[in-house]
Amino acid sequence: METWDILRNIWFILIGVLFVGYSILDGFDLGIGALFPFLGKKEEEKEALIKSIGPFWDGNEVWILTGGGALFAAFPHAYATVFSGFYLALMAILFSLIFRAVSLEFRAHDTKRKRFWEGAFVVGSFLPSLLFGVALGNVVVGVPLDNTMNYTGNFFKLLRPFPLAVGLLGLAAFLIQGSTYAAMKVGGVVQERARKIAKTLFFPYKILLLLVFVLTIVYIPEALKKPLVWVSTAFLGCALVVLYIALQKAKDTQAFFCSSLAFMSLWGILGAIHFPNLVKASNDPALSLTIDNASSSELTLKVMLIIALVGMPIVIGYTIYLYKIFKGKITVA
Amino acid sequence: MDAVLLAKIQFGFTAGFHFLFPPTTLGLTFIILIIESLYLKTNEELYKKISSFLIKILAVVFVMGVATGIVLEFAFGNNWAEFSRVVGDIFGAPLAAEGVFAFFLESVFLGILVFGRSRVSKKAYWWSAFFVFFGSHLSGIWIIIANSWMQTPAGFKIEGGRAVLTNFLEAALNPSTVERYFHTIAGGLITGSLVAAGIAAWYLLKKRHIEFAKPLLLISMTVFIIVSILQLGLGHAHSIQVAKTQPEKMAAFEALWQTQEGAPLAIFGIPDESEQKTHAYIGIPKMLSTLIYFDPNAKVPGLNEFPEEERPRVFIPFVSYHIMILLGIVFIGVSVIGIWLLVRKKIYDSQWYLKLLLFLIPLPYIANETGWVAAEVGRQPWVVYKVLKTADAISINVPAGNILFSLILFIVVYALIAAVGIPIILRLIKKGPEESVSEGY
Repeated sequence: METWDILRNIWFILIGVLFVGYSILDGFDLGIGALFPFLGKKEEEKEALIKSIGPFWDGNEVWILTGGGALFAAFPHAYATVFSGFYLALMAILFSLIFRAVSLEFRAHDTKRKRFWEGAFVVGSFLPSLLFGVALGNVVVGVPLDNTMNYTGNFFKLLRPFPLAVGLLGLAAFLIQGSTYAAMKVGGVVQERARKIAKTLFFPYKILLLLVFVLTIVYIPEALKKPLVWVSTAFLGCALVVLYIALQKAKDTQAFFCSSLAFMSLWGILGAIHFPNLVKASNDPALSLTIDNASSSELTLKVMLIIALVGMPIVIGYTIYLYKIFKGKITVA
Repeated sequence: MDAVLLAKIQFGFTAGFHFLFPPTTLGLTFIILIIESLYLKTNEELYKKISSFLIKILAVVFVMGVATGIVLEFAFGNNWAEFSRVVGDIFGAPLAAEGVFAFFLESVFLGILVFGRSRVSKKAYWWSAFFVFFGSHLSGIWIIIANSWMQTPAGFKIEGGRAVLTNFLEAALNPSTVERYFHTIAGGLITGSLVAAGIAAWYLLKKRHIEFAKPLLLISMTVFIIVSILQLGLGHAHSIQVAKTQPEKMAAFEALWQTQEGAPLAIFGIPDESEQKTHAYIGIPKMLSTLIYFDPNAKVPGLNEFPEEERPRVFIPFVSYHIMILLGIVFIGVSVIGIWLLVRKKIYDSQWYLKLLLFLIPLPYIANETGWVAAEVGRQPWVVYKVLKTADAISINVPAGNILFSLILFIVVYALIAAVGIPIILRLIKKGPEESVSEGY
């Protein structure tokens, strides 16, 4: 393999790593946001939930911003195709993220409209949790592209069975991530509720997983021939068995880590199915955006790799420091 | 309406709105770092109180900056897909690097600043203040690199219709990066320090929190005065660079229609594109040549030197550039008076000066925005100077209706954010420092 090829492969994986980081870290605060009305009823319960994500959510969100930036830098065509093609869906995600970013700070200070900002937090967390998966499902199952790499469909053509199922599966995964985190981090009645919600969600999660598997066999049968898909699936299976036991035994920390591992495995499966495509063309495989025809130059990928190798270990280091500083359970008064 | 125009309006509106917050953050994080340093050194509780108060305000400013900043990272793909395809090989890297090197740093340590005072040692807290300061200024570097590359692209070649990176350092440190960075950072420091000084002035005028307001005023005025005066040199250096690297932009700034030896510096005028002349023109003879080339008779190229389809429009760059310069001079004037009052130890009692500071708060924002407008409109019709025209940069498959729809949503949502966010900051200021010291976590 040429250096350029190796770099393209590495960047496919590294962008995946950034998305995994986002799913695990911002995943729990997205999940808490989407489940907010179910997890917290009284004021002090809500405050405890907000406190449990307060120092973290902003740093967590940077994973998707960096992931987006890395996609732009490493595979500009994929970034351009998806962001312009899925325009309205992306706008829905974008406005959710805008509202979400200001909602907690505004909720604390704008007491007259406290309920409104709470609502913004909930909807702003729920919609991206669902829509990220829908967008991803489309990219994986394929969308119509023309020979300038542009998407030729419209918003409604994105709402097909496979993407919708992936969207719902993603949503379920985010919700489990959020509820297991809440059970681990918050005490009292919130913890009880979070455990119950996580247990309840496990069933629909399983069903959705099954559904996505079936739909994968229908729409992307070639996926079954890829060994890495099976390896990741086996990994997912193990994570889910341990997650199930942890949920039954109310081992909160274990449950959270298993949920994170399961999320990682989902990305593993998806990445293995998708590779080396970035945006699959449903009309003609030759029009697909792959890591070969959509990538940046060798030099750019090299520079970016240096940036990532220097920067990311430091980021991970001080992120661990942050979590250490704010470790410990939050009690509900 | 035409998609290009709508996409331009949308980017101008969303980037312009976003650009209210980062300069404030730049200045505030610097003032906070100074105060935290004093606290670390003297152990004086008062400094802790001042810093905690400013951090509360910073937290609100910061989330508004985050919320409006995400939009811009989406925008290049949403509305400017062809731009992303043609120059993504170079333009994407600084955005990703900003995330890796700066944005993580800022966000993580801001979490500690806002919630962690009682959880970390004093030293660790100081380092957190330092990293938030450092992160926000580092973030500026990457954004300025990206923007400067659009102004004075370097370190690339054109291959198959795309710009391909040939030298990263040349692209990053292109001919306008350094000048633009220091000029923009200085603008941010002026903004943040004047906000802090204005708050202190307001307390002194209201005779509230006087013990608190005095050191805050002293510190923020010191920063304001030093940077306002430095900005004269930094702005000048940036202008010289523009004149040399984008001469047609300088010609537009100065409404220099014809090439001239001993070109004058415009003080006032109403440029008229259709007649190619400036009404009510007042200028200082030979001054432009002197300022750019240090030679009163030097030849400065006018707009006539450039093909018509590659000339920038004149009116907006001219007016916004001159407003910015006027404000820069106002800041220097205010600084000179400030020095005089400080030396005579009268600053805390000069009611009129304190009032002046309070009313000046909006001006650095206007200076930042007009400076940015001058720079960006003056680059037109190019989005990347001499590489890609703005009209060729938009997403070809996004209907104008979608852009209009999202533009309306942006206007509504940003109006809401401003209508809620600004009163929140004002209420925090009104409430004052006493109640502000809470441990949070």
